[in-house]
This record gives sequence, structure tokens and C-alpha cells, in this order.
Amino acid sequence: MAEMLQLDFMRRALLAAVLVGMVAPVIGTFLVQRRLALLGDGIGHVALTGVAMGFLTSTSPIITAAIAAAAGAGLIELIRARARASGDIALALLFYGGIAGGVVLIGLAPGGGIATLNSYLFGSVTTVSTEDIVLVVLLAVLVLGVVGYFGRELFVLCQDEEVARAHGLPVRLLSLVIAVTAALTVVLAMRVVGVLLVSALMVVPVAAAQQLTRSFRVTVAVAMAVGTASAVGGLSTAYYVDVAPGAAIVLLTLAVFVAAVAGGYLLRGARGAARAGRGGAEDPAPGTIPQTEQGGAAT
Amino acid sequence: MLGSLSARAAGHGAAAGAAPAVRVAGLTVAYDRAPVLRGLDLDVPVGQTLAVMGPNGSGKSTLVRAMLGLVAPSAGRVDLHGVPLRRFRDWGRVGYVPQRLSAGGGVPATVREVVASGQVARRRRLRLPTAADRAAVAEALEAVGLTDRARDSVHELSGGQQQRVLIARALAARPDTVFMDEPMAGVDSASQHALAESITRLSARGATVVLVLHETGPLEPLIQRSVVLSGGTVVHDGAPPAPEGDCARPGHDHVHPHADPAPATAVPDLEVPRRG
Repeated sequence: MAEMLQLDFMRRALLAAVLVGMVAPVIGTFLVQRRLALLGDGIGHVALTGVAMGFLTSTSPIITAAIAAAAGAGLIELIRARARASGDIALALLFYGGIAGGVVLIGLAPGGGIATLNSYLFGSVTTVSTEDIVLVVLLAVLVLGVVGYFGRELFVLCQDEEVARAHGLPVRLLSLVIAVTAALTVVLAMRVVGVLLVSALMVVPVAAAQQLTRSFRVTVAVAMAVGTASAVGGLSTAYYVDVAPGAAIVLLTLAVFVAAVAGGYLLRGARGAARAGRGGAEDPAPGTIPQTEQGGAAT
Repeated sequence: MLGSLSARAAGHGAAAGAAPAVRVAGLTVAYDRAPVLRGLDLDVPVGQTLAVMGPNGSGKSTLVRAMLGLVAPSAGRVDLHGVPLRRFRDWGRVGYVPQRLSAGGGVPATVREVVASGQVARRRRLRLPTAADRAAVAEALEAVGLTDRARDSVHELSGGQQQRVLIARALAARPDTVFMDEPMAGVDSASQHALAESITRLSARGATVVLVLHETGPLEPLIQRSVVLSGGTVVHDGAPPAPEGDCARPGHDHVHPHADPAPATAVPDLEVPRRG
């Protein structure tokens, strides 16, 4: 570890990985809550078009990717609201449009080819420059700031959109906020794990955390911890074993998920035993009409 | 200047006091051009507990959703406390219990977190909850009998208990106007009891309660007025229709406030008492 940190490019890579591992699960929790876990993937594909646009116009691919991803995120909300397409149809449209657009545009770029896209498709955290790091830090602060500021409203929105509207919340604006924040997170994570694996860092730590937790806040915290630990662990592994860092990070989060599933079984078993000891069964109140059996909780 | 301001405020207060909690005038709502509500008029006075009843497809859920601005009317208007819905901003006064099978989203959340989220329209940004906020959440949990489950995940609760979480969420903001869409659907008897208890408390506090119900059941004694919809119009407005068993009893004398104008075929599977 110490040897790894003596290298400039590895220090930058580590900083980028830690920031992404920390921030991606935060916005991912809201997406999973809203049952839009694959939104990050859809936005990632659109970001690819943005990257190609950057090469075509010789500007920073991160900036053009951020613009394209934010526009794509706005578009998906528009499709959901107006075009009578469900969330997953809207996502499918983005997947295809984003990939096709990226491939076509990169072909038009001078000296560009599909190979140019590789570092964005699969990430290349070890080639992160100092300017990249500045952008990554700015984006991370922005994402955390937005979630901190709008957190309470976003929780209600992602829990139940109709209830959010009945509370008089600006549902369209908040949907856009969450989509654009997700877009910025995707761009942030793009250099670390690549467009194709971006969503994994947003979703898998959350999936792992919710095996063990009962509270939304704790889920966010545990998911951040899982994401950060996986990012550091994956990057170190990649340094010593010489494998692709992005893929190593994602495989590590998946391993944590499997461990969390097992841990969750044990934990629930222990809690169940404790509750049975307390005698938690409730008697029906007298004088009321017996109705359907106790409903199964849809999870 | 100050005098005229305070005079205006006083006048405004008097006007708001006189205004019904909900006024629906000439309301028409159509989905895909098929009208669900046809020019419906309804005033709900402040403090009344009203049941909106009717067969499936009669438009009773749509009426409540239109009262909250969740569906856009194609004609007519809705006023909440004397303010047109479009300009109504005082959402902290309004509670809504939607018709849901589950209280949870895709991520675990504790009962307390979900209930506290009902205060979203009242709480200020970037502030921790005040003692009053916490007290209101504790009170809402207590009203539905879920105090001892506050730290459990809503996913671990039964369907009826999840319904109670939704009721507590609506109560947490201490609303004075509460809308509940089929709160009895698929609910166990303990939860029916909790529901009746919550409505009693709201009513005692002077709150207006609008319930969408398929049947009054154990809530019957709490309901002051019932409106029966059929085909998107009001076909009965007055005392709650008594349960079938009562009507069938010999000597049962049910007094209608007015003659039932609907033809018999318009209310196919209703328990509206009818003497003939």
C-alpha cells in the first residue's frame, strides 16, 4: 500500500476511486428507492455520446459527457411524464440512442475509432490527470450538496411520487434534480469504472447494504462504506495483480453483496429469535369485522 | 398602513373561517376523454367526517385525487379552505393516505423514518427536527399503535400494519384536513381499530376527514355524512347508508334526507337503503 502511494498517478487514482466509491452509492440509494436502479446505466450510455462529442469538437470529454448525460437525464424525465412510456421503456430508448450516437460520432472524429472509446467504456483510473481530479472533486461536492439540501424531499419523492405531489412538493423539479445529480455521478464515475460498469457502483453497494439494515439513513451510510472500501480494495488489487481496476472494483462490490446476503440471513435469524422471545404477536381488537389475512409485505 | 393590513388580515381570517374545507364546483374529470366525474358539486364543511362511497368505477377515488390536485379537471374547480387549488400553498395542513399495498420503497426504511417524512411540507431545510416535530411523530405512532415497531423496517410489517404506517405518516404533520383513499381495504381488525381511533382523534381536534370507502363497516358511528357516487355524479347525500343487515330488519326506519333520484339500474351493487 505504501509503495503504491509513492506513485503520483496512483495517488490521484486512489483519490478519484475513493470519491466515486463514496458518492455513487448515495445517489444510487435514491434510485433504488425509486425502483429506477438502471437509470445510471441509461445515463451512462448517453454520456458515451457526450464523450464522442468531446473528441469530435476537441474539448474535454468529461465536460461534454456531463452536458450530454444531464440532457439525457432531463429527456428521460420528459419521456416518463409526457410520452406515456414507463420508466424501463424510457431507459431502453436511452441505452440504444446513447451507444449508437457514441459509435457514430467517434467514427466522425479526426483519428478517432472505437478503440478511443475503450478507456471510457471500461474506465482508466490510472490515467486520471490533475485537471480530472479537480473536476471529480467539484462534482462530488456538488452531488453531496444537492442530496444534503433536497434529501428530505427526495426521500418522499422516491418513496411515493403521488404522496409527494399531495404534499405540494415540486415533483417535476425534484425528479429533474435527482436525474441530473445521477447524471453528474455517472460522469464522475466514468473515469474510474467506465460507462458499462458505472451503474454497478451506484446500485451494488446499496443492494449489499440493504441486506443488513432496516433504516434508510443507515443504508446510505453502509452503502457509502461498502463503495469506498471496494474502490480502495479493487484499485490496490489491480495494482498488485495487474488486472483492470474498474472491473476489480465492481467484482469486489459483488463479493461484498454475496457476503452481505449471508450476513443478512444470520442477522434476521438472530432478530427473529429475539422477537419470538418477547412474544410479539398481537391480538385482534374486539368488535371489528374480520377481514383478509395479514397481507404479505411486498418488498 | 399597518391598520389596513391588519384589517385585511382579519377580513381574510373571517372569510377563511366561513369557507368550507373543500369546495368542488362543476367538476368534470376525464381519462382519455371518457368522463369519470360529470359536473360534480360538493361542499365539505370544516370539521366534518365525510365518506365518499359508490361501486367500483363510480369515480370516488378520482374525486379525492382531484381534491388534492393529483388529477387535472377538464372543467370545474376545487377550492381548499377558500383558496383555488392552483394557488393553494398551505400543504402542511393537508394529510393524504393513498391506497397502497405497501408502505415501502425499494430501500429499507424504518417506520419512524416513513412517518416523519409526512412532515416534509412543514419542516425547514437543513434543520434538525424540533421537539415539537418529534412529539408529533411519537403521537402519530401512538395513535396507530405502532410505537413499539418504530425502529423496525416497514418491509417487516404485515399489510395492515403498513397501512397504519401510511395513516401515521399523514397524521405526523398534524393536518386539519385529511383525505384517505380506501383505508379499510385489506386491513386486519387491529388496523381497523387503529384507523377508527385515528379518525376519532382527528375529529375531536376539529379536523375535516374525507374517506373513500367501499362500505362503512366499523367506521359507521364516526361518519357524519356520506356521499354516494354512481356514474360520476352524486346519487345520495346525507346520512350514511345503513348496512344491509339493518335495513333488512323489520321495523327499520331509515329516513332519507331527499328522494333518491337515481334509477335503480344506476346503482347496481350498492347497499343504498331503498324502500318499496
